[in-house]
Amino acid sequence: MTKAKKKTKSADVNEGGNTIQIRLPKRYEEEISKLPKKEQEKWRKRYLEMLYDVGEAIGMVAAHSISEPATQTTLRAYHAEGRVQLVTTKGLPRLIEIFDARKVPSTPSMEIYLDEEHNNKEAAKKIAAEIKETTLEQIMKEDSIDLMEMKVELVVDEEKLKEIDMELEEVAKIIKKNLRNAEVRVEGGNKIILESKKEEVSIRDLQQMRVKARGVQIKGIKGITQVIVEKVGDDWVIRTLGTNLKKVLTMNGVDPTRTRSNHIFEVMKLLGIEAARNLIVEETLRTLREQGVDTDERHVMLVADIMTFSGVVKPIGRYGVAGEKASVLARANFEETIKHLTNAAASGEVDDLKSIFANVIVGNLPPIGTGMFKLGIKEE
Amino acid sequence: MARVIKAIKFELLSPQAIKKLAVMKVTTPEVYDADAYPVKGGVMDPRLGVVDPGIRCRTCGGKFGDCPGHFGYIELAKPVLNVLYLKQIKILLTLTCPECGKLLLEKSKVRSDAERLKAEPPKQCPHCNAKIEKVKFEKPYTFFRGNKQLNPEEIRAHFEKISDEDAKALGLKGGRPEWLVLTLLLVPPITARPSITLETGERSEDDLTHKLVDIIRINQRLAENLEIGAPQFIIDDLWELLQYHVATYFNNELSGVPPARHRSGRPLKTLAQRLKTKEGRFRHNLTGKRVNFSARAVVSPDPLISINEVGVPLEVAMEITIPIKVTSHNIKEMRKLVKNGSDVYPGANYIIRPDGTRKRILPENKEEIAEELAEGYIVERHLQDGDVVLFNRQPSLHRMSVMAHKVRVMPYRTFRLHLAACPPYNADFDGDEMNLHVPQTAEARAEAEELMLVEKNIRSPRFGGPIIGATQDFISGAYILTKTGTKFSREEAAQVLAAAGIYMDLEKEEYTGKELFSMLLPDDLNIEFKAGFCQKCDKCKKDKCEHDAYVVVKNGELVCGAIDSKAISPFKGLLLDKIDMEYGHSVAREFLDRVTRMCIRALMIRGFTISISDIDLPQDIKKEIKKVVKETYKKVDGIIEKYRKGEITPYPGRTVEETREDLIMAELWEAVNKVQDIIKKNFTETDAMIMAKTGARGSLQNLTYMAGIVGQEMIRGGRAFRGFKGRTLAHFKKYDLGPKAHGYVESSFIEGLDPIEFFFEVMKGREGIMDSSLKTRVSGYLERRLVNALHDLRVDYDWTVRDAAGNIVQFVPGEDGIDPAKSSWGKLMGGA
Repeated sequence: MTKAKKKTKSADVNEGGNTIQIRLPKRYEEEISKLPKKEQEKWRKRYLEMLYDVGEAIGMVAAHSISEPATQTTLRAYHAEGRVQLVTTKGLPRLIEIFDARKVPSTPSMEIYLDEEHNNKEAAKKIAAEIKETTLEQIMKEDSIDLMEMKVELVVDEEKLKEIDMELEEVAKIIKKNLRNAEVRVEGGNKIILESKKEEVSIRDLQQMRVKARGVQIKGIKGITQVIVEKVGDDWVIRTLGTNLKKVLTMNGVDPTRTRSNHIFEVMKLLGIEAARNLIVEETLRTLREQGVDTDERHVMLVADIMTFSGVVKPIGRYGVAGEKASVLARANFEETIKHLTNAAASGEVDDLKSIFANVIVGNLPPIGTGMFKLGIKEE
Repeated sequence: MARVIKAIKFELLSPQAIKKLAVMKVTTPEVYDADAYPVKGGVMDPRLGVVDPGIRCRTCGGKFGDCPGHFGYIELAKPVLNVLYLKQIKILLTLTCPECGKLLLEKSKVRSDAERLKAEPPKQCPHCNAKIEKVKFEKPYTFFRGNKQLNPEEIRAHFEKISDEDAKALGLKGGRPEWLVLTLLLVPPITARPSITLETGERSEDDLTHKLVDIIRINQRLAENLEIGAPQFIIDDLWELLQYHVATYFNNELSGVPPARHRSGRPLKTLAQRLKTKEGRFRHNLTGKRVNFSARAVVSPDPLISINEVGVPLEVAMEITIPIKVTSHNIKEMRKLVKNGSDVYPGANYIIRPDGTRKRILPENKEEIAEELAEGYIVERHLQDGDVVLFNRQPSLHRMSVMAHKVRVMPYRTFRLHLAACPPYNADFDGDEMNLHVPQTAEARAEAEELMLVEKNIRSPRFGGPIIGATQDFISGAYILTKTGTKFSREEAAQVLAAAGIYMDLEKEEYTGKELFSMLLPDDLNIEFKAGFCQKCDKCKKDKCEHDAYVVVKNGELVCGAIDSKAISPFKGLLLDKIDMEYGHSVAREFLDRVTRMCIRALMIRGFTISISDIDLPQDIKKEIKKVVKETYKKVDGIIEKYRKGEITPYPGRTVEETREDLIMAELWEAVNKVQDIIKKNFTETDAMIMAKTGARGSLQNLTYMAGIVGQEMIRGGRAFRGFKGRTLAHFKKYDLGPKAHGYVESSFIEGLDPIEFFFEVMKGREGIMDSSLKTRVSGYLERRLVNALHDLRVDYDWTVRDAAGNIVQFVPGEDGIDPAKSSWGKLMGGA
């Protein structure tokens, strides 16, 4: 998202005979300065006209702007035909996932961009192979237990070994590290033999060893189950299923400024709440746009802001923003009515009727929009 | 000065407060005596309020409606726990010493309820060294210390020892801890639990009354048994029973407690059930209220009224009124309305005298009242043309679901709505009903007119473009009117212009459509854009476009290009956006009013219809299409063959089967696209095509379905596979992977589908219906949650966005301060 209002320039605008000074956000100032002098003032004035009015029910409008199209359109989750694609959650389910602030998204994924030097197909493929989690099982042709000699035989697929660019010795080393009570040695061109260090070896021990060996992670980053290399515009992008931003960002060849993850909590922990807020905005907008919904980003930003302004990501529902409102009546009106009322009584809470719903409930004019100001008449 | 509630404090009721609040002690379980009179001292004692008209309250003397009702109380023979506060009771029991009543832990360790519930108390009291045994809670409402069960009397005795300060430290700030154990029970007024008389003359009591009777009965028995010194086990049983009744009186849905039931077996609705859920007091009666001065009727279209207007049936106009204060300026007029009375339109139904008395205007007394009328009276007159009313269609998902319209009184019995005003309501005319509300105060009317009028809502705050605009026939009409080559004779031109409300002398013999359309445009309007049916040529020839697809308006003159949905439709209309932005809402409204009328007039002169021949293709093209399908089948067979031989390499992360499906589907879609291209190439500009290309209705895809091929029916995001083992229908061989066996429809709608194709078509249709009915529920809840999270946010006087507690959420609203509702697609300079 663009950082508006960082640097502002002031400009004089003539309004109703008075010259007033206004400061436009930099990007608008730039836009306007390209125009001929005559038109510049008109647009400065137009900017003033476009500003939010005081009292605007900005939250209500934002909520409507997101949920109304969600109700109208069928927000389906189909995927583009015949393209090689990662199947990620889309449409309404993804939207709900974002607003619920789930600790782990149902399909965590990353988009990894590469620095200039590595921005080509070969490098991208190489990095992709390095990232993808590969277990022994995936590069194995077969494994068997030799009951005569009480050992486990692992036959490695040489082609696949080549694919991930590793030597058999290396694999054996990694297995050694992971299986403490096993003797590991390489036999022939493609066999790894495991023998137990124990004196008395039972078949069960061997079986356990075999299962454990299968799951040993040979290469890559844990949790990243799928990788796809794609060309997007001029860039080569690696898309992954599964995330581990911390490791990927420090990798050689990765451009850490453009690489992103869709895992909101991971981003919050690694890059802070501001980054999480921006990610909520981006993910929500992307989800809506994918479905052809045109919603202004300002509405989405407001939702992201209320989810994050306390410093941690809070869900929209009853255990988050809506359940932690200051007004007892507003909370009781939403969900868990009895809980909120009894807790309020026990702790002697006061509802000072600043909330909209609270005022509707007691029959007052809500303090928003035209109900916000008070007008007194001096009697003479 | 009206009294306004400033704040509401929530607290616990003390026994003293209960006694002070109550006007009587309820002592007997009897409700009515043999003569069907309420028993004195019973739960229906007339001192507790009145529910029958004609009787005066014994306490305050008020009549039915005036008397708010009065509380009573029951003195419980033995104390019982208040089951709404079990959490608090548990905290207090575990974290204070039963001997000295002091806090067992540091204050800093028990700051939130979560901490308090988790905290482990020490084995010994740090103040009096008493041994502390563990407190155990057992559902539904029993507490143990060690192995000994605690009775409410003991708990109460313990709580009395706790100091105010310690109670506060444990979060109990709304009253004394011992108040959580009830000794007195407040009896709500009769007005809160009115009895109803059935047609048979039988009285039916409210659920709460039943429950109170139960409580009093057991309480009385317990008191009697205590009196005669009955054995402990009898006392304990009755005490337990009393606890049960009091518990279910507060909440009849406690887990672990069998709900108290009515004689019919229906669970009783007690206090908690009255407040909870959508049908409860909060959501049903407090945030949503029924109103007077409203009407509901079926809506029907009327393109000849303004988008700002709503057609109101005469019957409605004569029933709903607006109060008008009589002044020296309007007294003549008002007299006339009163003289007309309530049966003659325009008339009036009531007058209100300055002393507040209200009188119905009847044929007998209307002359008399007209004479009596003087300044300061209020006349409730019929709805008249130009009155501002609110119009609404549910579901109200938007703020544009309620807009203000100006009344236009009309014959017949439906509300009339302009077609351009349909999109924000999402209304159509297949039987939709809408609601109408009449604001009763001058402030409300002013506010409705200034903020809610339809023309002020042309621009949607969602995306900053028009949400009101011309659709369907208006677009077809606009295209036909403005495309190059359309000419009108002088007579026709006069008609078209008159439809738009332009009456002028026509000098020329012949007018082009563009000339006529230009008369609606403001004189200094300049805009250039590509029409929706732009062919996206490699190099745009701009105003030399041979497709008529480049629109140029120069100084209010449509120079070239044809008007279509991209210009004047909701969601897209660039021309509409420009006019609204540069010339204001009322100009935009007038433009829309005129454009729509002009367009349909132009359409009527030419005539517009579709027929089978519009979508019927010549034989050779049909053959071409069949050839494409045949080729595709061959390719698909090839894929299947490859799959059977195991030659398909799966996509990363996909199984072989998924990859096969992806490949087949890509092939099948390709075929549909090819057919679509063939159709696009070979269609002449028939009316059906005009609708599709201008965006009036339908799309090229729809035409393809009709004329060419329906294509793959997508079920659950893929081809159909469910049904029998290995096949979808018994008509296929098992494990047939071919297109037809999994929902490929090679017919077009014009040819008709064969039974199997039809089956798959219906399968998809059912899925669609299931999907949308499930989605509405999910997204409806999403809306409710979002609104509840965001409703308090507003732009404050210092131009920050704050919530109800005053927390700043944004320092500048929307980061750059621009309100999308006043912007052009969220941008300063505009452009979609």
